[in-house]
Amino acid sequence: MSNALHNDYGDQRRKEAMEFEKVTSQESHEPVIENGVERRHALPGLYTLNDFEAFSGIDKQSFINAVGASTIDELLERDKQREQDGFPRKIRVGRLFKPGRGANDSVVIVPSTVEEKLIHDSVSDPTQEGQAGGSGQGDEGEVIGEQPIRPEQQGDGNGAGQGNGSGHEMESSAYDLGRVLTQQFALPNLKDRGTKRALTRFIYDITDKNRGFGQVLDKKATLRKVIETNIGLERISDMATIDTSEFLVSPKDKIYRVLSREKDYESQAMVFFLRDYSGSMAGKCTELVVAQHVLIYSWLLYQYSKRVETRFIVHDTEAREVPDFYTYYNSKVAGGTQVSTGYEFINEIVEKENLAQEYNIFVFQGTDGDDWDAVGEKAIPELKKILSYASRVGITIAEHSYSAGQKTEVQKYLEDSGVLSEFSDYLRMDVINENADESRLIEGIKQLLSTESVT
Amino acid sequence: MELVDQKTKRIMEGCKERAYDAGLRFGDETLEYIVTNRDLIELTPKYMIPTLYDYWVHDVECLKEKGRYELYPNNPYETVINTRPAISFYNDNNPDWMNVMIFYHVLGHIDFFRCNQYFRNTWDFDFTGQALSDKRTIAKLRSEKGRWVDYVIEFSRSIDNLVGYHSELSRIDNSGVSSATPLDYYFDIFLQSVKKIPMTEYIKEVERYNACVRQDSTIAEQVFFSDVHKKYPEFSSLYEKANISRNERNLDIMQYVLRHSENLNRGKNQWMKSVIELVRKTSLFFQPQIRTKIMNEGWASYWHEKLFLSDDRILGHEVDFARLHAGIASMPRVGLNPYALGIRIFQYIEELADKGKLSQDFQRISSIRERERYDKAEGKGIEKIFDVRNNMCDYLFIDTFVDQDFVTKHDLFVAGKRLNSNKMVYEYYVKSRNAGDYCKMLQDSLYHPPFITVDPERNANNTLYLYHHFEGKPLVAEFISNVMLGLEFLWDGPVQLETSEVERGESRSDGRNLRKGEDGNSRELNWQRVLYTMKNRNLSRKILT
Repeated sequence: MSNALHNDYGDQRRKEAMEFEKVTSQESHEPVIENGVERRHALPGLYTLNDFEAFSGIDKQSFINAVGASTIDELLERDKQREQDGFPRKIRVGRLFKPGRGANDSVVIVPSTVEEKLIHDSVSDPTQEGQAGGSGQGDEGEVIGEQPIRPEQQGDGNGAGQGNGSGHEMESSAYDLGRVLTQQFALPNLKDRGTKRALTRFIYDITDKNRGFGQVLDKKATLRKVIETNIGLERISDMATIDTSEFLVSPKDKIYRVLSREKDYESQAMVFFLRDYSGSMAGKCTELVVAQHVLIYSWLLYQYSKRVETRFIVHDTEAREVPDFYTYYNSKVAGGTQVSTGYEFINEIVEKENLAQEYNIFVFQGTDGDDWDAVGEKAIPELKKILSYASRVGITIAEHSYSAGQKTEVQKYLEDSGVLSEFSDYLRMDVINENADESRLIEGIKQLLSTESVT
Repeated sequence: MELVDQKTKRIMEGCKERAYDAGLRFGDETLEYIVTNRDLIELTPKYMIPTLYDYWVHDVECLKEKGRYELYPNNPYETVINTRPAISFYNDNNPDWMNVMIFYHVLGHIDFFRCNQYFRNTWDFDFTGQALSDKRTIAKLRSEKGRWVDYVIEFSRSIDNLVGYHSELSRIDNSGVSSATPLDYYFDIFLQSVKKIPMTEYIKEVERYNACVRQDSTIAEQVFFSDVHKKYPEFSSLYEKANISRNERNLDIMQYVLRHSENLNRGKNQWMKSVIELVRKTSLFFQPQIRTKIMNEGWASYWHEKLFLSDDRILGHEVDFARLHAGIASMPRVGLNPYALGIRIFQYIEELADKGKLSQDFQRISSIRERERYDKAEGKGIEKIFDVRNNMCDYLFIDTFVDQDFVTKHDLFVAGKRLNSNKMVYEYYVKSRNAGDYCKMLQDSLYHPPFITVDPERNANNTLYLYHHFEGKPLVAEFISNVMLGLEFLWDGPVQLETSEVERGESRSDGRNLRKGEDGNSRELNWQRVLYTMKNRNLSRKILT
């Protein structure tokens, strides 16, 4: 959490943090020092106490490293989007501050938000600062305690340690880009398929079984148990003619579902980026392909952040997977071209990790159209294999300007083999000139993602 | 998260037997889970319902709680949710004696959930299951509509405290007789308000009806109304119209928007309705809990004390118990503690009823000494507190039983807080020891959402007109804009809100700054009606005369 806060736009955050501090300095969750004793709430009220707090007495040091459902970054991005949609921003970044001895104050940065509702304001008697319940000795009018008006806040707003921003920069600017693009696209053919678990998340479900009682009766399991019991009691003599009305049903035979914690099975998508980094790709072709993939990637990151996983594959005559977009983007070109190796590699990954069942799979491929396998002898069967499970394959061919007017090898074998029409819902090809500008690229993406069938 | 082990479960079952014998009712089955602190932090923003729908505000809360936990680690003990069967959560490191105490506390809560009438809208279904299906609906919609689902959740939640909880309760009570019969309408409204016939004729009509009944009670109404229809051909249509508007009047804002928004009833926006409906249902589910906080905690504390001390299994832990119990149920010097207050009131009621003090005879006695000595030894204490547990909510509980004897007995007072600008401190002082003041202070701190309804008669030109029935407290001004913004989105038309605010004499931005009057005398406030209008995402304010 702290890493994310102290990188490229950490400064802006810090400003926000300080502003927020001013605004919320009256809020009760800020610890207060009273007679040297820290108290979490200035005053206990009817609804501030719950069973948790009332029963807890002993402080137990333990460290929590839980991963939240969303990070602060994601939340802030969402907040930026609000502005675009015409609603005011709602998340403020604030600090929690625990005073310590000397300079040992600890500070934690946390987001905060208020759910606005129409509620009563408490100022009906303006001459009073407030009133509360009390108990114990003292005559009416007697002062029973004092509380200093907030001690001076110290520190300049940067709390937790400095993080490094490398590797993150790419993503944070991609967010902004994604935001711009997001209104223009949507993933096509997204099916309710996903059962891939994200390990850091849990959901709660009613799946655990419990005998005797529970939330929902599991009829099948119950019946099975009832039969078991009756076999045990020798009440079933002839398996062929079972009279269910003669069954003895013990309360313990009833199997119910009860609340349980499950790993997350959210429906999600896997996106493969595949690009040719052979020698012929040098120069504008590569720029164009990666630029387009940056756009797609940015948008995916933004719109589908948690539900989309991305894999990056580069190929020349052999394919290999690279760990992140940064490497994918910056890999130097060299070597010959064998498009089929890329396809093959994807098929291999999908098969090995059994992705087809659990993900909506998308493949975006960028190439200059050169292929040593000029008729697609190997490439077409592999491509067909991909198309058997993929929700969409988008192929971008960046033509060299010197070959303008001629169809490239890849384009030619794609068209000749008839896959484009055979899998018209799942395969899109976009041919662009290497001198194309950004708006053309966005047009291209729209075409790659479009759901209208191409004739 | 897992079920407690067999040994702990056996302890729980032992507690159940004893609690059952004492009169608590909690259903035979309960589920107990061991949870970690992390689970709890994640569950807290979801009101401890594990299956509640995902929403980004929960994530914000969660991150905030984690931050707080880094600074102030603590180990919470238990919580219980109102489901079928009831579910409760525990830490895994409690010693046995503590578990016994906690189990009794939990059983007290479960008993309260099941028996208190204010919870009757939650009795017929299991909320975890309900919430789970809602959560799936939301997840599905989110994959189709993206962030717009979250906007709809947000905007619905901004008005979910205004749900018609009480009309929901009365609907349950009167299911089947939701509308007036033609007979009621004819005599109560039609003749009196619509036709305004003189009293003699009215009595004649009543007599005519009675005559019909005497002749043949089975077809009396039929015979009677055949004449009515002849005489007033417009009667049936007026009756139907009246019935509709009667139902309309009981709609809360969310229901009204659901039913009448053109925007939501358009085909492509239908999905929003299910989101709003679901937020509304969720809110209704939690309404009774917040309206019975003092009673619920008091009841649970009363029983954990009583049952623990009579439990033979844990002899020897009385001192441990006393320490923990005192931490829970002691009155703070300044501030309120629902556990402490609740348990004291229940004990007070028990004592009153045991001594027969809840009677007119006792009320008539004015001598303090005699009042103290009064004891009819009626022994109806237990019976009485069970009765109170069945039928009251916090408001009635306080209003009925917090009297001067109670306030004096426990040394209670209203604490005031004022600024001492010389010393730069806030001073707390004993403001009043009068039961009336104390009671009023309690009631002011009870949960009470503003009473705001839609006024259909002022909904001109697709405008949604909200009317705040003023009860002496203004609305929080800074929230109005965003709530109305969201409502405008859902309604898809201008939204107006009529409310009351303090007249702004000096250059103040809102009512808050009025506090500057430091002279100590309460100043007369001048209230005025104002009309907020949200149109095209712009808020304007107009003073009504």
